[in-house]
Amino acid sequence: MSALAAAAAISPSQRRAFLAVLRRDLYVTWRELPAFLAQVILQPLFLLFVFGKVLGSLGYTQNGYANLLFPGLVALTAVITGMQTLAFPLVAEFGWTREIEDRLLAPMPTAFVAAEKVVFAVLRALVAALIMIPIGVLILGSIPWRWGGLPLFAAGVLLGALVGAGFGLVLGTLVQPQRINLLFSLVFTPLLFTGCSQYPWPSLARLRWFQVVTAANPMTYVSEALRGALVPGVPHIEPWICLLVLAAAICLLMAVGVRGFYRRALD
Amino acid sequence: MTCAVTPEQLVEVSDLVKRYPRSPVNAVDGVSFSVQQGETFGLLGPNGAGKTTTIGVLTTRVRPTAGSARIGGVDVVRDPVEARRQLAVVPQRNNLDRSLSVRDNLIFHAAYHGVPPRERQARADELLEQFGLLDRARAKPDFFSGGQTQRMMIARALMHSPRVLFLDEPTTGLDPAARLFVWDRLRELSEQGVTLLLTTHDMDEAAELADRVGIMDHGRLLALDTPEELMRSLAEETTLELTTDGAADGDALAALATLAGVERVERLQAGADGSGPQGDEAAADEPGFRVRLYLASEGAQLVAPAASLLAEHGLALSAVKLGSPTLEDVFIHLTGRTLR
Repeated sequence: MSALAAAAAISPSQRRAFLAVLRRDLYVTWRELPAFLAQVILQPLFLLFVFGKVLGSLGYTQNGYANLLFPGLVALTAVITGMQTLAFPLVAEFGWTREIEDRLLAPMPTAFVAAEKVVFAVLRALVAALIMIPIGVLILGSIPWRWGGLPLFAAGVLLGALVGAGFGLVLGTLVQPQRINLLFSLVFTPLLFTGCSQYPWPSLARLRWFQVVTAANPMTYVSEALRGALVPGVPHIEPWICLLVLAAAICLLMAVGVRGFYRRALD
Repeated sequence: MTCAVTPEQLVEVSDLVKRYPRSPVNAVDGVSFSVQQGETFGLLGPNGAGKTTTIGVLTTRVRPTAGSARIGGVDVVRDPVEARRQLAVVPQRNNLDRSLSVRDNLIFHAAYHGVPPRERQARADELLEQFGLLDRARAKPDFFSGGQTQRMMIARALMHSPRVLFLDEPTTGLDPAARLFVWDRLRELSEQGVTLLLTTHDMDEAAELADRVGIMDHGRLLALDTPEELMRSLAEETTLELTTDGAADGDALAALATLAGVERVERLQAGADGSGPQGDEAAADEPGFRVRLYLASEGAQLVAPAASLLAEHGLALSAVKLGSPTLEDVFIHLTGRTLR
């Protein structure tokens, strides 16, 4: 990624500007911590509770479904949080609050402002994904966990957060502020349900067309990678394929997103 | 340019052109000017004249189609990062950080620009005081009046001690008191040596604040000079109106025309006030007469000779009104239309 390449050669004052903008975001998050936690936790909490606990207790799902669901919901949380953290504020900041202008005038390259958005979104997504572990223990009683799967789990969560941030950057620079509602119904919802967080991808062979659709959603590879890490007994896409597809998706999303960012930042 | 006999040209714009995609005309169409260190420069013109686009290029937010712009010798296209260090912007619309308090808005702005922590605290206190914002320092900028918002944005812009401050229509939409407050602060800044480049469609503002004014319309710079020189170029518009208490006197009129500096004498209807819609009836019945003298020079020194000349004809002056051209007249002269 060009932003990372550029990061190697930046001057101290540009690094200071970058860190100051990041500190601003962390400061605001810290002061609005309850709102942040509510935004991050509620959705996966209910999904986990209804699909993992309620349906299981009522006997509508098989034993072990909760184990299959848990890694999927961690994936979903990482991707969606990354996306939300970036997309919504960005639409507002370019659209009506214009808050971003002061940061664009800071003495650093415009790409750094975009890169800061990505770093911040990834940080929030990682926190959100990690919070899912105690929540899972709390609701399900126990979660599937393999220390041997930790490297793959960490890589999957990190790439998932980056994919989410990439989506956020693309959507945040593409969507006009008056269309922000469409973002929810036309993008979030399909993304949410075609990402294989609630079902393993190989089992979709019986529903071939849907299997093809889900293969086009990068979130699928996050869910599958995390299943590979935590419940390798469940059929899943090979981890190396997942990581490869995710790396490619991140590069593509970032390239498109940074272009969009420049288009919005400069006339 | 080896030595600085002339003051440094802090802002240099040459042959600047900007055409936005899918636009048939140039928003900025070959504009050149320069601004000296310490100067207050005004770009005057109606909405859509290209003022904001010109500022946009100088502040690294708009990429020019052709031409160049430099700030402190730094090309804003080639090295925008270095240019941003030297400039600050007060935009037309509120772009304060709504998640931060007033004070934090200033503090974080300084942090982005690498001002050390202790210095930015001290400077924030100083500027909050200067701009009358101390009592609101902890409030979020959400529900502030236009005047307060403007003061906050100026204070924020000054946090990193910029060499040049750009202000895009700094008082548009402000009430008269807020406007005067902003003017006073801008004059103070100018006295402290800050270079100011402001756009306005307000003649008074340009005449009041600017050392030099560039008049823009349709992307072009039509005239560029001090307000006084621009107005002097319309000398024929300098007038002196005299009202006497006695009856009309043709000889007196002829005599007035011979006074040095008088180019033309025009008889006005008695009682009819040229500036108002109509004179009131009591005045219309008065047996006085009024003349308007069109002058080649300033009118003030002609009042005494005119009064004594009228006295020779048995007439006493009852009212005197000096008229001088405004920047508005200059604009109408240049473009054939008013500044809305």
